[in-house]
Amino acid sequence: MITTYLFLFLSALALFCGLMTIFSRNPIHSVIYLIGCFFSRAGHYLLLNAQFLAVVHIIVYAGAIMVLFLFTLMLMNLNEETEKHKPAIARLAAVIASGLLLLVLVASLKQTVLPAAPEFQDKSIGLIKNLGKVLLDQYLFPFEFASILLLSAMIGAVLLAKKDPINSTRS
Amino acid sequence: MNLLNIFQAVPMPYYLILSALLFSTGVLGVLLRRNAIIMFMSIELMLNSVNLLLVAFSTYHNDPGGQVFVFFIMAVAAAEVAVGLAILVTIYRNLQSVDIDELKSLKW
Repeated sequence: MITTYLFLFLSALALFCGLMTIFSRNPIHSVIYLIGCFFSRAGHYLLLNAQFLAVVHIIVYAGAIMVLFLFTLMLMNLNEETEKHKPAIARLAAVIASGLLLLVLVASLKQTVLPAAPEFQDKSIGLIKNLGKVLLDQYLFPFEFASILLLSAMIGAVLLAKKDPINSTRS
Repeated sequence: MNLLNIFQAVPMPYYLILSALLFSTGVLGVLLRRNAIIMFMSIELMLNSVNLLLVAFSTYHNDPGGQVFVFFIMAVAAAEVAVGLAILVTIYRNLQSVDIDELKSLKW
């Protein structure tokens, strides 16, 4: 019973924060609502017995990615409303298009027949002990590739954000 | 408090609907806003709704593979955000704005 209420509360919180992320005019407020959204999703992960992922989600998203976003916003001085609205027809088209997407998704998901859940639910698959075994046993190769991906992303970000000497003399 | 058998309390279709709702919220943000950073945040929302569904199915089927996959998606998302924000910083340096409608050199 309490699980259902927790689910409904977390879902409402996630949806509200997601919508406010989109509709608030000030980008800083958007980031703060997005952090709320991430925390409610971490709550969902906890509810689903994925404890390790909940912690990693908070560390990676609320910790690292949001700091990056905030830092970029401060760097660009976007902490007030400077954005012009799209024309009304474009906004209407956007709402209709995403509403249609939602309709199609929900309609197709209503038709799916899910296989019956196994009666025995393994409560420990989300723990770091089990997940680490799977990660370093079955998925060792992709795991190593992820490190290469992160390294190349780091090099790419540094190269891109570095001030270009040719451009800086020209402008 | 029995949090352990979630799918007896919350049926799986609820998670499907919730993920669809969150995903279309992200799509709406991408279509609606002109600020490139907020579009980026909407893309994060979409990525996250898929993550939530993967975790739900992973728990539903007792398969840790789904959670490992979410772990990889998080690594890819972190890399994507770093490179994307670096690109946005470069755009801002050249145009003094991150308005997506001003980037129309590739449009005829």
